[in-house]
Amino acid sequence: MGSIRFDKVDKVFGPVSGGVKALDDINLEIGEKEFVAIVGPSGCGKTTCLRMVAGFEPPSSGTVSVNGKAVTAPGPDRAVVFQQFALFPWKTVRENIDLGLRNKNLPSGERGGLVAGALKLMNLESHADAFPHQLSGGMQQRVAIARAYVLDPDVLLMDEPFGALDAQTRVVMQEELVRLARVNPRTVLFITHAVEEAVYLADRVAIMTRRPGRIKEVLDVRSVRQAENWDRFEKIEDVMDLESFVHLRTHIWKSLREEKGAHGV
Amino acid sequence: MRDLALPLNERLLLGALGLAGFIGLWTLLSAAGFVPRQFLPTPLDVLSRILSLLQSPFAGATLQQHLASSFQRYAYGVLLAAAIGVPLGLMMGWFRLLDDIVTPLFDALRFIAPIAWVPFAALWFGTGVGGPILIIFAGAFPPCLINAYRGARFVEPRLIEAARMLGTGNLRMILEILLPAATPSIVAGLRVSAGLGWQSLVGAELIVAAAGVGFMMVQAQANVATPTVMAGMAAIGVVGMLIDIALRQGEAWLRRRRGLDA
Repeated sequence: MGSIRFDKVDKVFGPVSGGVKALDDINLEIGEKEFVAIVGPSGCGKTTCLRMVAGFEPPSSGTVSVNGKAVTAPGPDRAVVFQQFALFPWKTVRENIDLGLRNKNLPSGERGGLVAGALKLMNLESHADAFPHQLSGGMQQRVAIARAYVLDPDVLLMDEPFGALDAQTRVVMQEELVRLARVNPRTVLFITHAVEEAVYLADRVAIMTRRPGRIKEVLDVRSVRQAENWDRFEKIEDVMDLESFVHLRTHIWKSLREEKGAHGV
Repeated sequence: MRDLALPLNERLLLGALGLAGFIGLWTLLSAAGFVPRQFLPTPLDVLSRILSLLQSPFAGATLQQHLASSFQRYAYGVLLAAAIGVPLGLMMGWFRLLDDIVTPLFDALRFIAPIAWVPFAALWFGTGVGGPILIIFAGAFPPCLINAYRGARFVEPRLIEAARMLGTGNLRMILEILLPAATPSIVAGLRVSAGLGWQSLVGAELIVAAAGVGFMMVQAQANVATPTVMAGMAAIGVVGMLIDIALRQGEAWLRRRRGLDA
């Protein structure tokens, strides 16, 4: 379970005629347990792609489907990790993680075990009863990831999840995510404008053009990762030094630079 | 404001100066004799009237008994307004259909001032308990509803999206997401409601038969007992101020508890 498919998807914001065309003919298939990153210049519509899978926005034409069924509304089978965390400030860490399980009407004994597991997975056990505002940004994003994972979703949608974190925290979280993907593989759609992050994390990287966003090319990172055995390194900087990594990164970088008006890629 | 805030003790001093200036001017006016003392008593006359009202009954009750009776009426009206206005406002903030049905009606009704409900309330309830409560309710209801509604409408969209993504149903969405997110706005609304409800009191007590500060003032007016009328006004002002101070403390406590203020 967990395939995602974009089929001839267009998105226009505003009136049908005279609106702003954000996405133009997006076609992309993401397989089960595959990790796909979308990179692109600011405003290219990459977050809109994710929001359509989440069910927050309908496509203007074409279909977005998950497990072969067209997406119509948000739901816990498609868990979202937001850039700004979106934790409920009046709920403790534990209550934030528990909400989705309560909505599934699971018995409280079972929920307790699942929440404890998610807390342990994200190293949050000592903060279970803290409120979000008492935690650093990195810790808050751990809670958001735990809240998503605990739902046992078919797909995980991550919208620039580390964009609001400082550089050091960001690296720790990237390594953490790789660890998670090994322990508990998921179908992941990951939006970012950070090229290194995409290459380090993803099986495939889709590069988008500037608005109206189209998918320009899709790079297979996994075959390179496996051939060059990146997984033997624990630390991101060791992987980033490899020639194979640098080669991919530079390729994506150049591809993005070709997009006129691509600021801050 | 144009100027920077002054230290607290200077502000207290300025406030006291304002009050002293007002009382001084009042004393001068009534001592100058432009107006018969029967119509403009001195501040001291009013103060001594308050003290005597605390001991000897006027219109069937002492001042504190009138106040207690008023306060009870007032509490019913305000609590009823909150009990209906807050849930209704939250639901209107979530269900668009309800919003579209209620908002036009509410926008018309809320411009009927509490005092304008007096004849209607008298016709319906006579001198029974319902009339004054209806009038206080009319004063207190709009801010309860408006603030709950606005609070619910202006919840950070990300939080609503997160809750929907987690599969949150309507009831839980209202109780666990909209209500806590809207709490600061609701509390601010309750404070305004409490004030407006108290301001509607005299209007409400135009149609009571037994007791209440408003009732006392109306009786005093009929007897041309100006000091008693003004004693009633002073009592309403002071109690209103105390209610506001208490609610402001409650609001600050709530904000601290939610970690909004350091």
